Amino acid sequence: MTQGKKIFEVPLYAYKRAPDQDAAQPVHRPVVVVGAGPVGLTAAIDLALQDVPVVVLDDNDKVSFGSRAICFAKRPLEIFDRLGAVGPMVEKGVTWNTGKVFFKTRKVYEFNLLPEAGHKHPAFINLQQYYLEKYLVDRLRALEAEGRPIELRGRNRVEAVGSHEDHVHLEISTPEGPYELTCDWLIACDGANSPIRRMIGEDFVGRVFEDNFLIADVVMEADFPTERWFWFDPPFNPGQSALLHKQPDNVWRIDLQLGWDIDREREKRPENVIPRLKAMLGEDAKFELEWVSIYTFQCRRMERFRHGRVIFAGDSAHQVSPFGARGANSGVQDTDNLVWKLKLVIDGLAPERLLDSYDWERVYAADENILNSTRSTEFITPKSETSRLFRDAVLDLAASHEFARPLVNSGRLSTPSVYDDSPLNGPDAEGLPARTRPGAPACDAPTAKGWLLERLGNRFCLLGIGVEVPDTLDVDGVRAEGITLGADEAPELRARYLGDAARAVYLIRPDQHVAARWTGFDEKAAQAAILRATAKG
Amino acid sequence: MAKLNTRPNIQDPDGFYSELLMLHDGLGKAESDRVNARLILLLANHIGDRQILTEAMQEALKAATEGA
Ligand SMILES: Cc1cc2nc3c(=O)[nH]c(=O)nc-3n(C[C@H](O)[C@H](O)[C@H](O)COP(=O)(O)OP(=O)(O)OC[C@H]3O[C@@H](n4cnc5c(N)ncnc54)[C@H](O)[C@@H]3O)c2cc1C
Repeated sequence: MTQGKKIFEVPLYAYKRAPDQDAAQPVHRPVVVVGAGPVGLTAAIDLALQDVPVVVLDDNDKVSFGSRAICFAKRPLEIFDRLGAVGPMVEKGVTWNTGKVFFKTRKVYEFNLLPEAGHKHPAFINLQQYYLEKYLVDRLRALEAEGRPIELRGRNRVEAVGSHEDHVHLEISTPEGPYELTCDWLIACDGANSPIRRMIGEDFVGRVFEDNFLIADVVMEADFPTERWFWFDPPFNPGQSALLHKQPDNVWRIDLQLGWDIDREREKRPENVIPRLKAMLGEDAKFELEWVSIYTFQCRRMERFRHGRVIFAGDSAHQVSPFGARGANSGVQDTDNLVWKLKLVIDGLAPERLLDSYDWERVYAADENILNSTRSTEFITPKSETSRLFRDAVLDLAASHEFARPLVNSGRLSTPSVYDDSPLNGPDAEGLPARTRPGAPACDAPTAKGWLLERLGNRFCLLGIGVEVPDTLDVDGVRAEGITLGADEAPELRARYLGDAARAVYLIRPDQHVAARWTGFDEKAAQAAILRATAKG
Repeated sequence: MAKLNTRPNIQDPDGFYSELLMLHDGLGKAESDRVNARLILLLANHIGDRQILTEAMQEALKAATEGA
C-alpha cells in the first residue's frame, strides 16, 4: 500500500476560485464553518441536510496529518448514520471487543466489551482519522451533487474575525489573495490551537500533563490479535506505559510514554524509535513507520462555547488527553447538539436563547469528558510516589482479585453524556427505565420496521409505545412527527423504554436525545414539552 | 449523618494490633508501603459503602492535621 500515494498526501479539496472572491461587496452567508476536521465536516453535513446554506473554510486541502484519532464510539457512529455517512466507516473500520492489561511481565487480566445485543452499531470501531475525514468529504460531495447548499473551500484561511451584534465579518486569505465574507453565524471548528478563539480574545489555559508520548503508526504484517493491549511498566519501556491497537490496512497504533525530561527531537529520529519498537514487537518484527510524533496532552475548555454569533465546537472549545478516545467523539456530539437548534433559530421558530442550551449541555459534557480523561491520565502516569504506590497496588491485586479490576484505568471508553437537569428537559414519568430518562440519548433497539434510531432524528418525534400517538403534532410552528410502536415489537424495546410499564410516550429531539416522557398521551403536555425543548416554555 | 463506626469494634484489640505490626516484620520501607496500600484497597472494597469510605478518609486526614 506504500506504492501509490496515501490519502493524506493528495489534496482532497483542492483550492478553487469561488465567485465570492470576485464580488464587489463581501457576500453574506447564513452560516460559515471554519475547519474541515471531523467536527466542522459533521456540522456542515448536518446543516446541509436541514437545507441551511453553509460554506466550510479550511486553511489546508488534505485530510488530517499525523497520528490522530483511531477509536470511534457507538454514539458518534449513530450520528454519522443519521447523516448518511456511516456505511463506509463501519465497513472499513476494525471492530474489537477484547482488551488485555499487562503489568511488568505478566498479563493481569483481560476484559471483553461484550457489546449489548439489539443495537445497530458496535460499541467501538478503530479507523484512522484520515479515513473518517475522507468519508465525510465524500458525503459532503454527494450532498453537493444532489444540489444541497454546501460548499467546501480548501486553502481558505481565516485571518480575522469581527463579531458584531447582527453579523460576523471574516477576512480570508487564499493562494490568489484575500477576500471577505459576512455571515449570521460562525461555527468555529478550527481545532485545539483555534486562531478564532484567539481573535475574539478568549484564549485559555489548562492543565498540561507533564509527560511526552511517542505515538507511532506502523505498517506490519503481524499476527497480533485484534485486541487492545495496554502495558503498565513493561520491560521494554520501564517505569512507563505502552499501548498497542489495530487499525485497518495492517496499521498498528503504538503509544509509548516517554516521561517529561526528554530530548523530543532526538527521540523522534528513526534510529531511536526503531529499537524501542523492536523491543516491544520482537527483534524479527518487520514494520514500516507511517507516522512518528511526540505529543504532550492537556485537559481544558473554554468557559463558554457560545460568544454571540460565534460558536465553538470540538477541539477549539475543549481538549482532553486521548485516553478514552473522547476528542473527536465528543466534538461530533457538539455539533449534533448545535445544528438543530441553529436551524430553528435561523427559521425564526425558536428564540436565540435556545443556543444557550448548547452551551449548557455541551459544557456539561466537556466537564464530564475532562474529568474522565484526567482520571485515566493520573492512573496511567502517576505523578507522585503515593499515586504510583496505589496504582501498582491495584495492578498487583488485579491479577488474582476481581474487585481490583474496575479500579484499573487505562482509559474509560467514551459514552454519551446524559443532560440531566438541562433547561430543555420536560417531565419524567416514574417507573420507566433510567437509561432513557429525559436528557439521555435515545437508546437503539430493534422494531418491527427496522432499527429505532433509523426512524428518529432530524426532527422532533413523538414516540408512542403501546399507545397510539397522532401522526403529527404542531405547536407554534414546530412540528413533531408521531411514531406508534407496539409494546411487544422487541424485548429490547420493552426493556429500554417501558420496563414494567404497559405503555409510554417519549418526546425525542432532533438530535435523538429524550426531551420528556409520560405513561400516556396528553396533547397539551406534549405541546408544552415541545415549547420547553425549544426554549419557548 | 455519620455512618463510620468510630466506637471500639475490634475484638481482641491487642492481638489485632500486634498482627498488623507482625505483617510488616522484616519488610523494608518500600515493601511495607506496598503492603499497606494493598491492605487499604482490600478493606475499602470489603466496606464498599462510599459514604463510609469518604468519612474514613476525612477522619484519617483530620487526625493528621490535628496532630501536626
Ligand atoms: C495521538 C492522538 C490520538 C487521538 N485519538 C483519538 C481517538 O481515538 N478518538 C477520538 O475521538 N479522538 C482522538 N483524538 C482527538 C482528535 O484527533 C481530535 O479531537 C479531533 O481531530 C478534533 O477535531 P476538530 O474537527 O475539532 O479539529 P481538527 O481536526 O484539529 O480540525 C481543525 C481544522 O481547522 C483548520 N483550521 C485551523 N485554523 C484555521 C483557519 N484560521 N482558517 C481555516 N481553517 C483553519 C485546520 O486546518 C483543521 O483542518 C486523538 C488525538 C491525538 C493527537
